[in-house]
Amino acid sequence: MAIFRENNSGGRDRSAEDRRRHRELVEDSIKKNLGSIISEESIIGKSNDKKIKIPIKGIKEFQFIYGKNKPGVGAGNGDEKRGDKFSGEAQNGSDKGKAGNQEGEEVFETEITIEEVIKYLFDDLNLPDIDKKQLSQLEEKSYRKLGYQHKGIPPRLAKKRSVIEKIKRKQSLKRAMDESENNERFPFIEEDLRYYRIKADNKRDYNAVVLCIMDVSGSMDQTKKYLARSFYFLLYQFLHLKYANVDVVFIAHTTTAKEVNEKEFFHRGESGGTYISSGYEKALDIISERYSPSNWNVYAFHCSDGDNWTEDNKKAIDSANKLCKVCNLFGYGEIVPGYYNVGSTIKSELQSKVNSKNFAAITINKKEDVLPALKKLLEKVSDKDAEQGEKK
Amino acid sequence: MADFSIKDLEYWNENIEKLAKNFGLNYYNQEFEIINYEDMIGYESYVGMPSHYPHWSYGKSYERIKTLHKYNLTGLPYEMVINSDPCIAYLMKDNSLLIQVLTIAHVYAHNDFFKNNRLFKIGTRAEYTVEMFKNHANRIREYISDPSIGYSRVEKILNAAHTVKFQTERVVGFQNRVEDKEKSKSALTDKKREFPYLERYAQSELEDKTKLEQQEVKILEKPEEDILKFITANGRLQDWEKDILSIVRDEAQYFIPQIETKIMNEGWASFWHYKILNKLELPQNMHLEFLRKHNEVIRPLKSSINPYYIGFKIFENLYNEFGADKIFEVRQTERDQSFIRRFLTKELCSEMNLFEFVSAGNDFMVSEVSDEDGWKIVRDTLCNTVGIGSIPTISVSDWNQKDNSLVLKHEFDGRELDLSYAYETLKHIVDLWNGKIILATQIDGKQKNITCDELKRISLNG
Repeated sequence: MAIFRENNSGGRDRSAEDRRRHRELVEDSIKKNLGSIISEESIIGKSNDKKIKIPIKGIKEFQFIYGKNKPGVGAGNGDEKRGDKFSGEAQNGSDKGKAGNQEGEEVFETEITIEEVIKYLFDDLNLPDIDKKQLSQLEEKSYRKLGYQHKGIPPRLAKKRSVIEKIKRKQSLKRAMDESENNERFPFIEEDLRYYRIKADNKRDYNAVVLCIMDVSGSMDQTKKYLARSFYFLLYQFLHLKYANVDVVFIAHTTTAKEVNEKEFFHRGESGGTYISSGYEKALDIISERYSPSNWNVYAFHCSDGDNWTEDNKKAIDSANKLCKVCNLFGYGEIVPGYYNVGSTIKSELQSKVNSKNFAAITINKKEDVLPALKKLLEKVSDKDAEQGEKK
Repeated sequence: MADFSIKDLEYWNENIEKLAKNFGLNYYNQEFEIINYEDMIGYESYVGMPSHYPHWSYGKSYERIKTLHKYNLTGLPYEMVINSDPCIAYLMKDNSLLIQVLTIAHVYAHNDFFKNNRLFKIGTRAEYTVEMFKNHANRIREYISDPSIGYSRVEKILNAAHTVKFQTERVVGFQNRVEDKEKSKSALTDKKREFPYLERYAQSELEDKTKLEQQEVKILEKPEEDILKFITANGRLQDWEKDILSIVRDEAQYFIPQIETKIMNEGWASFWHYKILNKLELPQNMHLEFLRKHNEVIRPLKSSINPYYIGFKIFENLYNEFGADKIFEVRQTERDQSFIRRFLTKELCSEMNLFEFVSAGNDFMVSEVSDEDGWKIVRDTLCNTVGIGSIPTISVSDWNQKDNSLVLKHEFDGRELDLSYAYETLKHIVDLWNGKIILATQIDGKQKNITCDELKRISLNG
């Protein structure tokens, strides 16, 4: 006769430790795969503290398995004929389980905030910190409250403190007169009033502006714009870590350039030809109007597919040189989806004729390139800062 | 418990056991544990053995089963049966009484199969199963908590050992059995553990000596299919590392009979639960539920193989044609491959509409159907892809002692290896062997060598 037992695990969680370790490994793998995670469409443009769900490829347990060319056997309904095709979903080898020959990618979902992702990301990049002392400082006069004084102007009246003074006076009076409650009105007098003492302070702030210049001509399709967008998003995140205040300016150009808002920048398609110089000149205008290089850290980035009308090349180079003078960094990103990659004329022109140390040109073929490209750019930033430091 | 009590289970169990004995099932003593669904997920992820040694892969398995279950992509098994004496089975609390009854009948047939099938009889020792898992776990935990070893080194060896645990001899036999009692001791127990460093120096001296002795042997007399066994015997490993390899190997050996008899075992159990429940005089509502559940269990899966279905069909056919004695004999001597080759008839193939497929791009293409010309091909393909046939045969063919490189040979049977998996697996083997590994295989009709050097750099040449 068999024994029946009602098992009570008593809340013991046998797998807790192995699950913890597994999660740790998954986290490591997230860090390793940030490059492709970060450029997932769903992440770009989300606000920092929002939790997002990202699919994580499972930690694989490797063993020797057969590849795709293995035959299998299935059960059908009788009307299968040689040569019939069917989709791959229904089948998965003949032996599920222990032998572990399923090939299906295991995907887990995990929740993570963008801030965490960015943190992982820049931990991972292992960049030297930008030394802010060497960057131009925005000196802003500000005033700090520093204690109280008896005389002052009405706007600096410290109300709370004045009330406290009045109560103090009332209490001492009470004690002195040895009276209990006295319902008589007890008004403020001049002596109660206190004013803030103000000290002028030169507040140092490090302000930065990112000028995103993008070619929106007919040849820039959705894929290219998406790559540009991932790139700008990451850049913005990085600068945000480094500066309290980051302004972003979007400039879209075809043969002419205009300042646009974010939505228009990424989504509105235009058609027509390309004068890259128009974008650069617009950027120069905006810098001189609003972001004096003496007060602002200016970063300008231009994304294009490299398709410029030849007659504009010379002008573009000139403007690029001018931009280099006013910017901390001027970057040119060429977006060429797919694997063919013949360097465009404009990229090689820029590379050979812009001899500024703070110019960098990169190429992005696919979304996995975005992070390395950014890294290359940011290393440039650090190099340059280091140099400036030496000069000083 | 839902709609029944332990008393109900005991009542039905008594009737089931009577029938099972009358039918001639011969099983170990049976113990049932009634657990909730969370425990079921837990037990399932630890291959039925909660006392199993720790490793992250079981945590992963838990998360996977739980996720699949949460999204309702898979049901939980009605039962889990352990090949042990006494036989342990888990029943899930939340199931209905009928499912418990069906499961109990099903379990007795599994139990009978474990006790009588040749592969289990010679390949495993049911009386030591529980003890073995506990002992393994204790030894692994001991190495983890040993300050001179620690978690990460144990994990690294386990990771690597797991990759090749099924690269073993294709024949279940006495030589694979968990032989000596000595083996169940930790490598640390009978050593002077107060002086771990002393011990290690002594060990390396010893190693050097054996290396010299082995210098002469170069080409192996015969290829060794059991990679873990070879590495344990010849690798430059410390005792605790060797012990971990033998733990992983013992466990794989324990599971191989189950892998090799999946279709037979499930077919056998389904055949008997069907027979028993039909005789059990169930009340009508339960009987209807039984028919429904039974058909669910043995339903054909579209474009895939349901072992319950094929196994049930073959046993049913054998029983009808040759009688009860025949099926008892078959369950004793065969494994899936021989079972299918001998007893999957043309009629069964076409009745079940079995077909062979190959991959064609992202889709699959029907390459053979079970008609006059095709059924044998379909049958043979099934034979060769079931059980251990789903795992590539890879053996150690050569050991070059000059640079300590090891040559592995893939016995090519028309099926190519998945290269990305092969690369990563080789890297793990390097962790065990501490030397270069070369894998000879065939890709696109050409002989190729995949080399993974000590620094885990992969190169492919041919």
